[in-house]
Amino acid sequence: MKRWTRIGGILTKELKQLGRDRLSFALIASMPIMQLLLFGYAINTDVRYLKTMVVDAAGSHTSQALIQAVAETQVVEIIGFVATPQELEAALRRGEIAMGIAIPHDVDRRLERGDRPAAQVMVDAADPTLLGVARQLSGMPNTFAATTAARQADIFETRAYYNPEGRSAVNIVPGLLGVILTMTMVMFTAVAIVKETERGNLEFLINTPVSNGELMLGKVLPYVGVGLLQVSLLIGIGRWLFDVPVRGSMGDLYLASLLFIAANLSLGLLISTLVSTQFQAMQATFFLLLPSILLSGFMFPFDGMPVFAQWLAETLPMTHYLRLVRGIMLREAGLVELLPSAMALGACLLVGMVLATLRFKKRLD
Amino acid sequence: MADEVATAPVIRARGLSKQFATTLAVDELDLDIPTGRITGFLGPNGSGKSTTIRMLCGLLLPTSGDVEVLGYRVPVDAAAIKPMIGYMTQKFSLYTDLTVAENLQFVARVYALVRSRERIGAVMERYWLGDLANQRVGTLSGGQRQRVALAAAVIHEPRLLLLDEPTSAVDPSSRRDFWESLFDLAAAGTTILVSTHYMDEAERCHRLAILDRGRKVADGTPNALANDLPCQVVDVLADDPESTRARLAADNRVLSVTQLGQRLRVLVRDDVANAAAALQQFLSDTGATTASTRPSLEDVFVAATELREQLRTP
Repeated sequence: MKRWTRIGGILTKELKQLGRDRLSFALIASMPIMQLLLFGYAINTDVRYLKTMVVDAAGSHTSQALIQAVAETQVVEIIGFVATPQELEAALRRGEIAMGIAIPHDVDRRLERGDRPAAQVMVDAADPTLLGVARQLSGMPNTFAATTAARQADIFETRAYYNPEGRSAVNIVPGLLGVILTMTMVMFTAVAIVKETERGNLEFLINTPVSNGELMLGKVLPYVGVGLLQVSLLIGIGRWLFDVPVRGSMGDLYLASLLFIAANLSLGLLISTLVSTQFQAMQATFFLLLPSILLSGFMFPFDGMPVFAQWLAETLPMTHYLRLVRGIMLREAGLVELLPSAMALGACLLVGMVLATLRFKKRLD
Repeated sequence: MADEVATAPVIRARGLSKQFATTLAVDELDLDIPTGRITGFLGPNGSGKSTTIRMLCGLLLPTSGDVEVLGYRVPVDAAAIKPMIGYMTQKFSLYTDLTVAENLQFVARVYALVRSRERIGAVMERYWLGDLANQRVGTLSGGQRQRVALAAAVIHEPRLLLLDEPTSAVDPSSRRDFWESLFDLAAAGTTILVSTHYMDEAERCHRLAILDRGRKVADGTPNALANDLPCQVVDVLADDPESTRARLAADNRVLSVTQLGQRLRVLVRDDVANAAAALQQFLSDTGATTASTRPSLEDVFVAATELREQLRTP
């Protein structure tokens, strides 16, 4: 009986403390809801609406009917037409499209006879899932054929770009760069600053001539070095053990990583101004990390996600960083070609910096 | 007293107030802290000592009132006074995972000191830290940490040193050493403002301001405060202190009774003629003996805080 009184006392105390830690309390409620929505909507193994451009060299009724038939599968979403296969390749390299369809001028005859593939599907096979989708598309029944035999033949020839063997490491290692940097950069900065507040160091520091900017810069710069070291480790080991290539320029890769590191550090700073304990700083980091892993395109193809999840993903720095690293490492794209993603990271850095500076005060109240 | 205020005060505050959500922590405080002296803030917990010190160095924004520190207006020009003030926080605020020498090197760089090596060497010697130089601060005793904190607070030779309950985690002998260091600093011209709730510490200050619930209820030298005590102090030696205490407390001439083992320290109204004799007569059947005694700082403190209302309406 007395034992239950004691257990009850501890239990009541624990519940009261939990109720007063508002952040933990909010996480208890929002974590399951967020995870359920993210996993429920984002995880979609049957990929649909892949962004696709088309070259229609034939321009005939048949070619239009073929395009129509492809669009009706809902596997692709045709976002535009270009004149040459070279332009398709360029769009693939920039990451604008996941798939290109090239229809030759003699497509009518090819379809009718069914002796040769009627058209070509060019797919960004860095993510092996997409290669599977492209192959599935080529198995589409040929309703244009004249003979039964021709009907059995594949309409499309699949050309797999960037990762023709379909090795998943090629896709995952660049993605891991994003995951690791998000985790360590955001958490380290947030914790490093909160630690000073928690241990009382800040009260001494803010009475010295150190300015806000000096303090933040001095605290954050070491972690820039840490981040670059992590990038080098991942690229080195990825290449050595998993044969993951760096096809684009190393300079661009490090520049993009530097931008991402800076954006993450500014987010870490911002978090540090919003929380008051190291534990809360870590909770807040996971609150950012989880959607980053699920929605950035690290785990699931971006195009396969529902629109609302895509919008959410656009606000995450990791989404833009993954576009940059995969572009540079696998598709030999230059930073200039990937400018929109680089600019998104820059914007994130700016917003984080401004908000953190506004919130960080050299005072206690 | 006139010579103390001859030069412009180092700290001058008028009508300084701080309102937190529901409590008025500091209420219309006026302060004039003279140069080169040790001024004590004496007050119970929650009397506004820390809040006042934090407002003086620009850590907290006053709700209202004007503050001038070393000729600069605070908090507007708080940045200008930072290099000239030293601040020792109530909670130890250096890095426990760094060594003594590393902490001091860090502080010296934060203040961008020239010839920092010599400065570090000088404070390490002055505060007997030489043997501890390579020890991590987290492994030091309370008294040793205090010396490191003081060394860090004065390494840039501040003109004003603010100490917020500096000796709360320190044993009596370390505390004595600590105060000797403070007197050395004051003799060298440093103005020191120290908050405390220890009477023996307050006794050592050149001047005292007693704070109670955010208001300054008395100020002056410890001597003057004792001399001006608006009541009499009687020392009672009783055979049965518990019952004697109850009897005294019920008497309307008695303001307060404090038990110290067998003895009772009794504050008696000023309008009672010859208080010791009066109490002797009052307690004649108990065999207690009474003697008039000189007021201590604790009596001053009790009179200024707990008895303030009573003393005002005789």
